[in-house]
Amino acid sequence: MLDFLKSPILAMQDFFALAGRAFLNILRRPHYADDVFIQMDIIGVGSLPIVVLIGFFSGAVMALQMSRALSTYGATGQIGTITAITLVRELGPVLTALLVAGRNASGIASELGSMKVTEQIDAMRALGTDPVQKLVTPRLIATAVMLPLLTVIADFVGLFGGYCVACLLLNLLTPTQYWTTSYRAIEYNDLSQGLLKPFCFAIIIALVGCFYGMRTTGGTQGVGRATTQAVVVASIWVFVVNFVITRVYVNL
Amino acid sequence: MAGQSNECILRFDGVSVRFDETPALDGLSFSMRAGETRVILGAAGSGKTVLLKAALGLIRPTEGTVSVFGDDITRRTEREMFGLRSRIGMLFQEGGLFDSLTIEENVAYPLVNQQRARRLSPEQIRERVEESLRFVELERTLDKFPSELSGGMRRRVGIARAAVTEPPLVLFDSPTAGLDPITANTIIALIVKERDVKNMTTALVTHRYQDGTLLANFRYNPESGQLEPLGRNGNAASRTTTFMVMREGRLVFEGTQGQLEASRDPYISKFARQSSE
Repeated sequence: MLDFLKSPILAMQDFFALAGRAFLNILRRPHYADDVFIQMDIIGVGSLPIVVLIGFFSGAVMALQMSRALSTYGATGQIGTITAITLVRELGPVLTALLVAGRNASGIASELGSMKVTEQIDAMRALGTDPVQKLVTPRLIATAVMLPLLTVIADFVGLFGGYCVACLLLNLLTPTQYWTTSYRAIEYNDLSQGLLKPFCFAIIIALVGCFYGMRTTGGTQGVGRATTQAVVVASIWVFVVNFVITRVYVNL
Repeated sequence: MAGQSNECILRFDGVSVRFDETPALDGLSFSMRAGETRVILGAAGSGKTVLLKAALGLIRPTEGTVSVFGDDITRRTEREMFGLRSRIGMLFQEGGLFDSLTIEENVAYPLVNQQRARRLSPEQIRERVEESLRFVELERTLDKFPSELSGGMRRRVGIARAAVTEPPLVLFDSPTAGLDPITANTIIALIVKERDVKNMTTALVTHRYQDGTLLANFRYNPESGQLEPLGRNGNAASRTTTFMVMREGRLVFEGTQGQLEASRDPYISKFARQSSE
């Protein structure tokens, strides 16, 4: 029973130790700016097409569903309000985070995992560089900067998707009506939680990906296992932390 | 500093390393002096690689102390170790090259990333990289990736990377494992050359006795560019090579080549007999 409990607690301890070192390294020299920009390109620019696509369709589907529900009450004029609030508060941050978790937590875990099993991480330590400083911190900074930006783009494209459905496809309201109601619906409270969420999710995604990558054992099979675990664990924590943040904001 | 003779460069004092209760190293004690060559023999799983990793602080001993350049590294934090590690070169068993970097970037890695060497300009770095690769006769592979090279070439790049900062101590982990005899001899000849030209203290882990024989009995002649047997031109005492034999994490032999060949222990003599087989 004790052994059963010991391993997750030890893993948790290792995770927080890694997280602590990764954060401390942001302030310490040497800084690997090149690696940060390369990761920003991979995580941010690389995820852009899929984030735009998913953002557009989630906004469009939201508008479609709401058009049916709101027409029952004769309130189709509120489509913009509802689409904007759901996208900015929940759908934008969570869907973007899940996409980036699937795309980048797995990418990070498999890259670092392959490096671990082929002794490249040990080689890095042997050559006098800190793997956490060189590999984890740049990925953490890059994800923390890019995920909120991707979310903002996803939110906007989602609103555009809603506009296409509500105004162009179903002709339920005028463009001015749609954009004005959307704009008025969003308050500072929504914006702050809509930006705080992706920032927290980014930390989870980068650190979970790096954590599973850095502790990979058992050859190529181990790399596969680490990748799967990274995506599953990152996605679960995205939902848990989303609940916690929403709970705090609901009370505000 | 290194280079001064008789200075103790690496010292193991009762070092034990355990993974899940199984001892990988068991009460290991020995010391290496500056300028010395150490050949570490042993069967697979006898703890040779763990020994090298413990010397670099990549693995922490469960008991005992490891001293490098006179400093006890056992209680040092990982961060404190980075400066020290930049003074030690290491060739990993499979080369340990970064597969997403080109050969040039791989060899330049210690120069670019180590804090000690960060003052070099890109031109100086390129010059040092080219020189280091020329030393292992691979100066035409700068833009290639490790996957495009053969196993022997990757080891040579590994040697170039380990020696590019000209560290006073270099550790080689099975540089000839899995290579054909001709390539293996080329690799050892390059190690002898690096050792003699750059005056490095060398520890070499191997399961091939021939590797040890070459290191112990040959020197690099910079004039002819060839290896020549020790004893010629009165240079017999220029190098001291000590042999060590490991068995199940314990040190079962430490001494000269003559003592190793004279040993009657069946396990030890198996290694000495390899060369005649």
